[in-house]
Amino acid sequence: MAKLLVENVSVAFPLYHGESRSLKKTVFAAASGRMGQDAKHRLTVEALRNVSFTLNTGDRLGFIGSNGAGKTTLLRTMAGIYEPAAGRMVIDGAVTALLDPGQGMNFELTGNENIRMRALFNGYTDAQIKILQEDVAQFSELGDFLSLPVRTYSSGMIVRLGFALATAIHPQILLMDEWILAGDAAFLGKARERLETMVGSAEILVLSSHNAAILMQWCNRLIWMDAGRVHADGTPEEILSAYLPPDQFKQAKMAAEHAMRAA
Amino acid sequence: MKAAVEAAARFGYRQHMNMLAPDSGQAEAGLLRPARPSPQPVIIAASHCWRDRAAAAVQDLRESLRLWPLVWTLSLFDIRLRYRGSLLGPFWLTLSTAVMIGAIGFVYSRLFHQDVAAYLPFLAISLVLWNFINVITAEGATCFSTSADMIRAQRMAHTVHPARVVVRNLLVLAHNLAVIVVVFLIYPSHLTWSVLSEVPALALWVLDAFAAALLLGMVGARYRDVPPIVASIMQIAFYITPIMWSPAMLVHRGLGLSVALIDMNPFFGLLQIVRGPLLGLPVDVSAWINALCASAVLVVAAFLLFVRARPRIPYWV
Repeated sequence: MAKLLVENVSVAFPLYHGESRSLKKTVFAAASGRMGQDAKHRLTVEALRNVSFTLNTGDRLGFIGSNGAGKTTLLRTMAGIYEPAAGRMVIDGAVTALLDPGQGMNFELTGNENIRMRALFNGYTDAQIKILQEDVAQFSELGDFLSLPVRTYSSGMIVRLGFALATAIHPQILLMDEWILAGDAAFLGKARERLETMVGSAEILVLSSHNAAILMQWCNRLIWMDAGRVHADGTPEEILSAYLPPDQFKQAKMAAEHAMRAA
Repeated sequence: MKAAVEAAARFGYRQHMNMLAPDSGQAEAGLLRPARPSPQPVIIAASHCWRDRAAAAVQDLRESLRLWPLVWTLSLFDIRLRYRGSLLGPFWLTLSTAVMIGAIGFVYSRLFHQDVAAYLPFLAISLVLWNFINVITAEGATCFSTSADMIRAQRMAHTVHPARVVVRNLLVLAHNLAVIVVVFLIYPSHLTWSVLSEVPALALWVLDAFAAALLLGMVGARYRDVPPIVASIMQIAFYITPIMWSPAMLVHRGLGLSVALIDMNPFFGLLQIVRGPLLGLPVDVSAWINALCASAVLVVAAFLLFVRARPRIPYWV
C-alpha cells in the first residue's frame, strides 16, 4: 500500500541575484551590523503556500493551472528534491519522478553508461542491471548507438533513450511532468502503450499537464493550482468545467471519451 | 483495487473513465522497481530542531554508503571521460607528474644546493600529496554546483557528490604513486617500522578530504566567490608550506618563522605524517598532534554546517 501525505507545505525560493549572492555583500553587511536586517529583507518567491492533500493507493491526481502556478515545484517537492520551508510530507512507497527529459543524464557518457548509472542509483544487482539494459535497448531501438556518447545523438534519439529509461522502472508512486507526453509521432504509438503499462502498475500517479483530454482520461482527481495555493480540488469534470471555457471543456471531454473507446 | 473503487466512488466519478487504475493483477515479478531507502515511510519535514536536522544529516551519510557502487562508478567514469579518445589515457596523469617532478627536482636541487638523491624523493612525495590536497579543495568547492542537474532530477543523498570528488582524486593519486615508486627505486630510502603509521595517516587523509570537499562544496554553492578565493589561498599555502623546500632549510633562520610556517601550519602536519615515514623518519608526534587538531576542527565544522545547510543545497545549486 502506497501513501503520500502533504501537510501545510510551503516552499520559498530565495532570490540570490548578482550582488545579494556574493560574499562581499554579506561580509560588508555583517561588518556594518546590517546582517539581521539583510536576512529579514531577503527577497523570496513564495512558490507554494500551505498546500495540503493526501493520496492513497488508486489515486490518480492531476495538477492544472497557469504557468508559474507552482505545479512543477510541487512535483519536485513531492519527489523530495526541494525540502519544504514549512510543513511536512510522509512518503510511503518507492517514488520515481520524471520531471525533465534530461533526468540527470550525463551527455558525455554513452547510452549504456547512463543506463548503468540509473540502475546503480536504484541499487540494482548485476542481474537487474542486465535486464534494464536489455529492456531499454530493445524499446529504444538505438542498437549500437548505445555505446556512443549521448551528445552525438539526435534530439529524437535522446527523447527515445530518456523515455525508454524512464518507463523501464515501475515505481509505486509515479510523479510525471508533461514532457513525457510529447514526442515524435512515429514513436508515440509505441510509447503510449508502454507509458500506460507503467502508469497502470503505479499505485499512485501524480501528473502535471495542460492537456485536458489526458487529464480526464488518466486522472480521477484534479487539483487546480493558482499562485502557489490549492485553488480547487475535485473530480476532473468538476475542476475542468470551472477551469476551461465551455467550448474547450466540451472538446476535451469528447476527445477523452473518444480515446477511451479506442482503447 | 478496492481503494481505487473507493476513490472513484468518493469523487462520484465513473469507474470506466479511469482506464489507468492500478492493476493489482499485474505480477510484481519481472517489473523493475526503483530504490526504496527504507521499508518505513520517508518523512520530510521542515524542522528547526537540531536533533531532527542531525538525524537527517546522518541518514544522508548512511544513504551515501549504501550508494557506494554509484559513487565508485561515477568516479571511474569521470576519469575515463577526461581521457576518452587519448592514446595514453589516464597514464597522462602519471606521465605529466613524472615530467614535472623530474624537471623541478633537478633544477631546484641545484638552486637550493641540495643533494638530488635526498631532494628528489622528498619532492616527489610532497608534490604528489600537495596535488591531491589542492585538487580536493578546488573540485570540492564546486562539487554541488557542477552536479546541479543530478541534484534537481531526483532525491539523492547530497554527500554522494563530495564522496565522488574524493574517490575520483584517490584514483588520480593511485596513478601518481607510480612516479613515487620509480623515484624510490632509483634513490632508495631506509624504511623503518614507522612506515606502519601510514595506515592511520592515509585513513585520516580520506576523512579530511571528504570533510573539506563537503564543507567547501556547501559554502561554494551558496557564495559563488568562494571557489576562486579558495584557489588563491591554496596558492599562497603552497609557497609557505614546506613542499618545495624542506623544514631543514629553516634551521638557520629565526625561531618565529619556523613556528609560524611549520608548527602552526595544518598543511605541514598533514603532509608530514604521510611524508616522514616514507623518507625513513620516525613517527613525528608533534606533526600528528597538529594534524589531528586540524582534522578535528575541519570534521566538526563540516558536520555542523551540513546539519544546518543540507535542506538548502538544492535551492543553492
